[in-house]
Parts: sequence; C-alpha cells; structure tokens
Amino acid sequence: MEKRVTFKGIWLPFVLVMPQIVITAVFFFYPAGQAIWQSLFIPDPFGLSMQYVGLGNFTFLLGDPFYRASFVTTAVFSTLVTLVSMGVALYLAVLADRLIKSSGTYRTLLIWPYAVAPAVAGVLWLFMFNTRVGVVAWYLGQLGYDWNHVLNDGEAMGLVVVASAWGRISYNFLFFLAGLQAIPRSLIESAAIEGARFWTRFRTIVFPLLSPMTFFLLVVNVVYAFFETFGVIHTITSGGPQQATTILVYKVFSDGFVGQDLGSSAAQSVILLFVVSILTIIQFKYIERRVHY
Amino acid sequence: MADTGGMVENRGIQRWLTHMGLMIGVAFIFFPIWLAFVASTVEQQEIVRPPMPLLPGDQFVDNYARALTAGVNAPVMRMLFNSAIMALGIAFGKIAISLLSAFAIVYFRFPGRHLFFWLIFLTLMLPVEVRIVPTYEVVARFGMLNSYPGLILPLVASATATFLFRQFFLTVPDELAEAARVDGARPMRFFIDILLPMSRTNIAALFVILFIYGWNQYLWPLLITTDPSMNTVVMGIKQMFPSGDDTADWPVIMATALLAMLPPVVIVIAMQRLFIRGLVDSEK
Repeated sequence: MEKRVTFKGIWLPFVLVMPQIVITAVFFFYPAGQAIWQSLFIPDPFGLSMQYVGLGNFTFLLGDPFYRASFVTTAVFSTLVTLVSMGVALYLAVLADRLIKSSGTYRTLLIWPYAVAPAVAGVLWLFMFNTRVGVVAWYLGQLGYDWNHVLNDGEAMGLVVVASAWGRISYNFLFFLAGLQAIPRSLIESAAIEGARFWTRFRTIVFPLLSPMTFFLLVVNVVYAFFETFGVIHTITSGGPQQATTILVYKVFSDGFVGQDLGSSAAQSVILLFVVSILTIIQFKYIERRVHY
Repeated sequence: MADTGGMVENRGIQRWLTHMGLMIGVAFIFFPIWLAFVASTVEQQEIVRPPMPLLPGDQFVDNYARALTAGVNAPVMRMLFNSAIMALGIAFGKIAISLLSAFAIVYFRFPGRHLFFWLIFLTLMLPVEVRIVPTYEVVARFGMLNSYPGLILPLVASATATFLFRQFFLTVPDELAEAARVDGARPMRFFIDILLPMSRTNIAALFVILFIYGWNQYLWPLLITTDPSMNTVVMGIKQMFPSGDDTADWPVIMATALLAMLPPVVIVIAMQRLFIRGLVDSEK
C-alpha cells in the first residue's frame, strides 16, 4: 500500500529515518554480523588471537551431546509451557465467555500477571517450592512427597514450566476470550436448539472457529518459551540440576558469559538466529493469510 | 444480549459451577502473590521455620522500609528509580524514533526507502537474547557499561512500533496531507500539528506495552550492570539471594518482588482498555 499524496524532499526523510537506522546498525546488524563472524573462529585461551575453523564450531556443536540435550530440553520445555498456558487459558476463557455479565470482572482479575516479569514470577515460585522454607514443598513433605527440584530433573523442569506458564495465562486468556466473544451467539444458540450439548458444540463449532487464533497463539507462545523465559530459569534453577533445564538461550548465556567460550556461543547465536527467522516467517505467513481473508 | 445467554444452559447450577471453575483459576493466579505478600509482612524467623503463616503479620512497614532504604546490595528505591529510567527511556525512545521513521517511509519518496524499510523489518528477527555477546562488546567499547544509555539504546530500535505507526499513517485520509500542502505547510508542521494528535491513542496504547517490556527486562541489565547501584529492580532480586548456604532475607526479598511488580501491574489494571488495544495492535 502506498500514499497517493506525498511531500517533496530527499534530505528531510533521510534525517528522519536516521536515528532508527543508526541504532539498528550499531546494536542489531553489527552484533549479528559479529556473531556470524565469530562463529567461524576459535579464540585462544588468552583471547589474543583467533583461529579460523570454518564451520568447525557448528559441526562440533551438532555432535556435542550437551548441545543436543539442550535442544531436546528446549523442545520439551517450550511444548509444555505452550500446552499448559494455552490449555488453562482456553478453559478459563470458555468459562468466562459463558458469563456474559461478569466476564469483564474476571478479565480484570486474570490479566494482570502479564505485567509480572518472568524473573519475578520465578522468584515467587521458587519461594513456594524452596526446599527449606517453601510452603508448598513443606506440605508436600507432610503428605509424604519429598520435593527437591535442586536434585530432581523432573521436578526442576516441572517448576520452571509452571512458573513460565503462570504469567503467560493472562495473555492467552485475553486473546481466547476475544476470539470466543467474536463468535456469533446465534450460531451457538441454533446448535443448542438442535440439541447439541456443550461438548459437541465446542468440538464442532467453537474450536474450529477459534483455530486461526489458536495457531497464532501457538507461534507466539513458542517464541515466548524460547526467548523470554530466561529470567524464570536463571532465578529458579540456573539451568540445573546438571543441565536439565538449560534451554538454548540459557546455554548461549552460560557458554558465552560464564564459560567464556565465545566461538561456541557465537555459533549458538547463529543457530538461534535461524530458529527465530523460521518462527518469524511462519508468523508472517499466518498474518498475511489473515489479512487476505 | 444478556437475556439470550439464558438459552444456552445458563441455569442456576451451571452458572454456579462456571463461577467455581473461574474462581479456581483466579486462586491459582493469586496464590503466589498472596504468599509473597504474607512473607513480606512477617519476621524472618516465621519463614525459616516452616510452615510459614498464611495470614499477614505486623512487620509490613518495617520490611518495606528496610527494603526501600537499605535492600541487600543496593536500596530498592535506587533500583526502582533505575527501572523507571530504563522503562521510560525505552518506551519514549522507541515511540519517538518509530514515529519519525514511519513518517518518512509513508509520506516521502526518497532513494533507499525500500532498503530502509527492509533493514528495519529484519530487526524483528534479532531479539537481544540471540546476540548478547557481540552486543555486550559494542556497549563495552562505547564505555556504556553501568550506564543508562547502555541499558536503553540497544533495546530502543523496534520494528514492531515502526510497523504499527506505518499501518496507522496509511489509514490517515490523503486529503489532510493535501490540504496541508495546499496551505503551504511544511512537512514537519503537518507531522506535529495533524499526524501526532491523530496518533494519540495509538501512542498511548503502545506506551503501556513498551513500558512493561522495558520494566521487565532481565538478561540485558544482568549483563551490563555490574555496579549494584545501577541494577534494575527486576534483575536485582536474584542478586539479593546469598551465594552458598546462608539463609536468604526472605521478607525483604519478597517485599522487593512485590515492589518490582507493582508499577507495571498498576498500569495494566488502570489502563486496561489501552493495554488490550496495545497488545492486540502490536501483534498484528
């Protein structure tokens, strides 16, 4: 789409786009280029010189059992976060949609965790499940369950998933509720008159109509789980026990800043860059389709 | 509308069950906050000997005063101030540079227009998390570690905001620009007197989203603020935990967690309509 009426001038628009272009160049393209460049080298231990290794960092990473494990961890983690946060949100949105008068009140009660930073959510959940002082951990102990996410892989994963999903429910709820409220009530009612019960209506009418929204949320939530949950993992488990909750973004950080393995960290950045590009393209394909209809 | 709901299984018991289901969800959402609040109002002893009480104690003033004025590594007041500067800087910065570049791209024909558009577009694919090491090096080389520009500038470029304003400018009737041109108004007059006032709601909605985005940043401040007095509150909480086996000062940490979430939560609740609009807009 283009404007029919435009202003004359070449210098002015140039000056107007410059702030954004300069910042983008300095803080986006240059670092991204550096990441790609560094991914082809291995620095010596003193950081004095770099040895060119071609795709060596990549072949090493792809053969590295820790990196592969991190891929699997990321897949498990993001699948669980997406399913839990979308599942709970859909359930709540369906309920709220049935209460026409008070759905607004419930919306207010449910949306504010969007504003809680993942890192803060992490601290809150850590407090509940802390092995020494955590209330939930203590009551579990009373029930005979010995909770210890510091040592137990599964419990650590469960905790970071729930803490990450908790803050995300509000976002998904908001979009699901909007999607549900956009479905014409007459459609549901005529099905009800025909004798379709709630579940049948949900399966045959509501869910199919919600599917574009569901797909959109699926992509957005995967992006969230991949990149924005760093704070949750850093506050609760720091990637542990061993590497049980080291997702890819966490590994870029721990290898690059803690382990000072710059070549490997850069190569990991490039791989992530690739993953984000694919997710972004999927998202855009979807948006394009939505715009055309 | 309200009456027709009755046709679809909205009888007494059904309604009651629906409310029940929602209340369980609300309880699940509120429970962690409630515990944090209780913890921020009791003494350390009540927490380290579990189970901690489930009702607030009488140390509210004491704990919050201790957090705000002393904290653990730095007074929380200071960290809240840093967070406010960072969040406001990012929100205003993104809005300002995006308004300007969107104006240029929509209202002018100049060489390189498409190139610039695509350069901005590509930044969508470069979240800070995937380029942390080289971005850190750039900021370090500029001597911007432990500084506000270092916290703000790398997060200021945003394709989303530029697209949003571009979309909006494209819907502004051409007659307005035409009239401005006929009247001999210079482009910047048109921008300031007509376009900006028309974009008010969009700017406000975006501001809510960007403020929350900036306030809640974690990884970036964690990397570049090694000086506790430059920590933001969201990243500073984790730094309050002692390393090793010492017991954490839970009342102060939980008071800090609540203080850290207060500003963005208040904004979301107080500006709910703008917030929802901003959320939907920025995902388009």
